[in-house]
Amino acid sequence: MHSLSNFCLLLVVLLNFFTLGSARLGACIRAVAIQGGLLALLPILSHGITGHTLLLSGGALLLKGIFIPWLLLRAIREVRIRREVEPLIGYVPTLLLGALITAGTFIFADFLPLLPQHHDGLFIPTALATFFSGFLLLMTRRKAITQVLGYLMLENGIFIFGILLSDAMPLMVEAGVLLDLLVGVFVMGIVMNQINREFSTINTERLSALKE
Amino acid sequence: MIAGFLLHLCLLLLFAPLLQGVITKTKALFAGRIGAPLLQPYYDLRRLWGKGFVLSRTTTWVFLAGPAVALSVPVLASLLLPFGGLPAPISFEGDLILFVYLFGLGRFFTALAALDTGSSFEGMGAAREVTFSCLAEPTILFSLIVLARISGGLSLNSLFGSHLAEAWGTGAAAPLGLILVCLFVVLLVENSRIPFDDPNTHLELTMIHEVMVLDHSGPALGMILYGASLKLMVLGALLVRLAFPWQTGHVLGDALLFLCGLLVLAVLIGVVESTMARLRLVRIPQILIGTVLISIFALVLVLRTT
Repeated sequence: MHSLSNFCLLLVVLLNFFTLGSARLGACIRAVAIQGGLLALLPILSHGITGHTLLLSGGALLLKGIFIPWLLLRAIREVRIRREVEPLIGYVPTLLLGALITAGTFIFADFLPLLPQHHDGLFIPTALATFFSGFLLLMTRRKAITQVLGYLMLENGIFIFGILLSDAMPLMVEAGVLLDLLVGVFVMGIVMNQINREFSTINTERLSALKE
Repeated sequence: MIAGFLLHLCLLLLFAPLLQGVITKTKALFAGRIGAPLLQPYYDLRRLWGKGFVLSRTTTWVFLAGPAVALSVPVLASLLLPFGGLPAPISFEGDLILFVYLFGLGRFFTALAALDTGSSFEGMGAAREVTFSCLAEPTILFSLIVLARISGGLSLNSLFGSHLAEAWGTGAAAPLGLILVCLFVVLLVENSRIPFDDPNTHLELTMIHEVMVLDHSGPALGMILYGASLKLMVLGALLVRLAFPWQTGHVLGDALLFLCGLLVLAVLIGVVESTMARLRLVRIPQILIGTVLISIFALVLVLRTT
């Protein structure tokens, strides 16, 4: 069980790298969807099968693995963009930054005053690494859709943290976070369509140049 | 000692071209063709050996040193590396660095021989080859450092010792899996296989490794081709030992297991070549930097768990 969940977390980190280094939006969305699916396995793997974990897993799988990626894929089909054209920081530098941050979180996690049973697992460093990779994606990309992906990844990081506490964490909190995210994606989708219709581009830096 | 030495060399020198044959055969089967016979690389070598060769007047001794070094480097490197369960005939502390840079020496001479012809195409090919291998070098070094950390030794014999079978069952399995992928990518890059370079293309603008040997002919070309298949086998031996760490305890059994592993690897390379398209030239450095990062990540994991 322990090694299986570590394997999942490792794949999550590799998917982080992939998303940071890939220019194709479709591939990025699929990578984040797979990440969501892997995360859905984690509550069952780490806490065994109970009603609570089943609910968490099912919810995560449906929302993170299927529904939100489907919405995003539909969105890129509608606004007809295939790739992020020119990110603020290039792909290789973002990848390098991501790797540096990941290595940093792995070192940092050793210094945290954690419970002894959390010390050996990969949960804390992976959560932090996913969190910061999401941040990096949010900061360095220009397209609104990649920023949504960054946001999604950030939430994935929080979800991994939450799994460690899922005994203590009420379901409502989880549901609230997921719901926020869903609303965020909806709003982004609508806004994106509008921006695209008005300006025939969805680069976000154009938004700040809006004038009367 | 002497017997081990001879067995090592026999395995390497006899079976290396067979791997190329298996790769070509796999690709032919994927394409629905019958393909060249499995032993075609041997026939090619014999044919090339019987031919005369043309030497340009502008070339110097460096032009001939290229093929000689390209042939002798994999042989020397193979002596440092255990073949499956068979221990390496020559082993000392820190031989992993010699192993990595022997290939660097071979590359240096191949590039020099290419530059020596004065052809602009060959210069371009040399530049590309050197760029890509300088990006692949950190990956292989980091992977070997990971193995050294897991084994606690510094010679290739102890790196690829019998502890690998147990290591796969413990917390070291994850980094081992990661460096297995990294080393496979390095194998494809170093042997100029498809996602990175096409060994069969003869269009100068896209060629990387092939363009550097355009001016060699006859026995010199044969030496280069033979050296390339030896290199594939030696680098493949790293992967095979990592992926199939079991040993039978008997010399012949070990040798057989090793050869089976190599054949599986050759089929795998054939499958990769048939199912993937060549990457654009600008994507290759990105992928290579990605593998360097993954190998560094594996190192971080190992440092954390042990």
